[in-house]
Amino acid sequence: MSLQGRGLRVSTMRWLAAAATIGLSFAVGAVASAEDAKTQYFPLSTFRVGAYASSGIPVWAGVIDYFRYINEVEGGINGVKLVWDECETNWEVEKGVECYERVKAGKNGSPVPIFLPHGDPISKALTEKSAADKIPLVTIAYGRTEAIDGRVFPYSFPVVFSFWSEASSAVNFIAEKVGGKEKLKGLKIATVYHDSPYGKETQVPLAHLAKTYGFEDIQIPVPHPGNDQSAQWAKIRQLKPDWVFLRGWGVMTPVAIKTAAKVGFPVDHIIGGIWSGSEEDVRPAGSVAKGYLAITPFPAGSNFEIHQKLKTYILDKGLSDLKDPKSFGSVYYNSGVDEAIISVEAIRTAQAHFGVRPINGEEAQWGLEHLDLSEKRLAEIGATGLEQPLKLSAKDHEGGGAGKVLQWDGEKWNIVSDGWVRSDRELLLPLIYERAAAYAKEKGIKAREATN
Amino acid sequence: MSSVSSNAIGDFVSPRAANRPPHTILGAGLALAALGTLAAVPLMANDYWLNAVLIPFLIMSLTGLGLNLLMGYAGQASLGTGGFMSVGAYATYNLLLRLPELPLPVSLLLGGVIAGLVGLIAGLLSLRIKGFYLVASTLATQFFLEWLFNQYGWFSNYSTSSSISAPRLAILGHDLSSPTGRYLLTLATVAVVTVIAVRLVRSQTGLTWMAIRDMDTAAEVIGIPIASGKLKAFFVSSLIIGIAGALWAFAYLGTVDARSFNLDRSFQVMFIIILGGMGSIVGNYLGAAFMILLPILLDHIAAGLFGGSIDPGQLENLQKAFFGGLIIWFLIKEPNGLAALAARLGSRLSASLRR
Repeated sequence: MSLQGRGLRVSTMRWLAAAATIGLSFAVGAVASAEDAKTQYFPLSTFRVGAYASSGIPVWAGVIDYFRYINEVEGGINGVKLVWDECETNWEVEKGVECYERVKAGKNGSPVPIFLPHGDPISKALTEKSAADKIPLVTIAYGRTEAIDGRVFPYSFPVVFSFWSEASSAVNFIAEKVGGKEKLKGLKIATVYHDSPYGKETQVPLAHLAKTYGFEDIQIPVPHPGNDQSAQWAKIRQLKPDWVFLRGWGVMTPVAIKTAAKVGFPVDHIIGGIWSGSEEDVRPAGSVAKGYLAITPFPAGSNFEIHQKLKTYILDKGLSDLKDPKSFGSVYYNSGVDEAIISVEAIRTAQAHFGVRPINGEEAQWGLEHLDLSEKRLAEIGATGLEQPLKLSAKDHEGGGAGKVLQWDGEKWNIVSDGWVRSDRELLLPLIYERAAAYAKEKGIKAREATN
Repeated sequence: MSSVSSNAIGDFVSPRAANRPPHTILGAGLALAALGTLAAVPLMANDYWLNAVLIPFLIMSLTGLGLNLLMGYAGQASLGTGGFMSVGAYATYNLLLRLPELPLPVSLLLGGVIAGLVGLIAGLLSLRIKGFYLVASTLATQFFLEWLFNQYGWFSNYSTSSSISAPRLAILGHDLSSPTGRYLLTLATVAVVTVIAVRLVRSQTGLTWMAIRDMDTAAEVIGIPIASGKLKAFFVSSLIIGIAGALWAFAYLGTVDARSFNLDRSFQVMFIIILGGMGSIVGNYLGAAFMILLPILLDHIAAGLFGGSIDPGQLENLQKAFFGGLIIWFLIKEPNGLAALAARLGSRLSASLRR
């Protein structure tokens, strides 16, 4: 009896000890003043496990390699070195919110300048929270399109290439191919899309462009996950569109390419969107993918100047985060490098205004709104051709709005468009501002005055 | 034949609430103490605790409670939980948007009632089919609702990405959009609903549900109204789940689309009640704590112990494996869920204190 009693007491003690550990582990980092910090904290939310891990892993490698390059070769941003840690989100919204809340207070006195949510639902859930905490969210080629209007969404930055710009650039590339925008009249352009909020996002701009240019806009949904598309492609065979714009996600893209080959639709008349345009999307389709096109703000290739630097100083020295060296210069790797360049340059811009020290979210927001990545600056970085010139302002949180078209040759992507294919932003921006204004009205937000 | 099919799920949803000793006074005391502690939390906790830990924990407990009434008490298994949550969220959103003069609690309740009615319609099938067949039909409800909100822009006021975002949250002019405000709104709702649920399961309705669960044929023979009992269970359960869905959308995330309420969510809620204990109110809180809080805790411990020294991808996989192992261990230790485990620990503790 007494033995049992003692056993119970021992186990109670153990529980108490465990509880104490819990308490300690939750006590969030000591608060030091920002002036003491000499390094710039930059938390990374990643998804190294879960359904989309294979596309995520090269992205963080791109980000981390560029950060290491900045630290090792350039000695930090004007001498302020970057420190980062990772928080795993599994691409799930709850875990993403948890990560954001965990890191938002900064680390060892160094504030968070920018948060990259890496996941569309996560970026949505953080829209209001990040505005309240004054931490800018940078979402490249995803996120809320209306957030381009920084007067209503001061802390959301869907920079470079929104889905609306993606659709418009794809149409403009077709125009380039057929010999001018006036030749678009009478063409049939079918959009085969992932039936989800993401997939439906291009319906409004395409309808508007179809009305403007006189092409016929056909919309064909593919239910998630899209591993059988015989019905959709049978319909395409029947409707005989001139071009197919493929907005897939995950397994949907290779299946679409294979099914198109089966019904005899020419693969070089299929243009994939941003998330249908990586190596991982076409390799599983095998040889029939040869000739497939894709529009992307992240051109593939490892011959850009920055890649030479990364190779010499990071990869060859064994400092790279890449597990598979074949991914060097892939679309996803380059998207990570892009993201890192924009973040670093925004911090640099903010430093020029507020002083050379770790930058907080509010200052980085100013830095982003005054970011001017000119051709000259891109050449200095070594990102000419990799990254498009980008100028942001309070009224325009997108800035670029152009993509390059890649063609798969069976082994790798080649750039086939004539430089950057611009979208008709001047045509679409009024519609975007209208939607932002409707959002502001619904939420009772008073749009701020644009300062620049 | 039909008895075979009903027993298949009956194994899984077995009677046990009735044979637990009634620690009513002690239980109520503990619950009040827990409520008091939780209400005092905003005085000391930071945003992290409120936004990322306590709010999702409370809302998932509430969702678990909703499903537990249906599955644990009335014995009707359902995989439509995510769908009913989305009905609550979208209905509340539209009420707040289109009838701004309604106060927030009324919109929340009405949103729940609409979800309850949808649940009632889905529950009509339970009058004819049982067990795993019913699970399959609720699965259809889940897929239909997800499709509906994605397909028709009206539900999301034609937003670009079919997402809905909370209009200003306020009660009697008090702005509730701060983390503390959203937390207190959640806590108050969960407390009120829990009290109602406790009273409900002890009432005639609760007894009817348990009779249906334990053996519906026998219940019918002795004159218990089976049909109305089942439909009531679907209505009340979906109402609570609907309110939880609205809180999930507006008090927790802020902006959501239908993907937040997919089949994974339905499974998550079902795991919460299986782990927590079916036919138990407190089990929902324990189950939600296990499913929501434990992975966060593991992550903190892993980051503290191994952060930087192990590849982050590997570390995450190890955590998942460990968490999976824990689930299996707990279910072997106590197949009736954490609530039964807690009750056993409690009685052992009180016995040793008396000694």
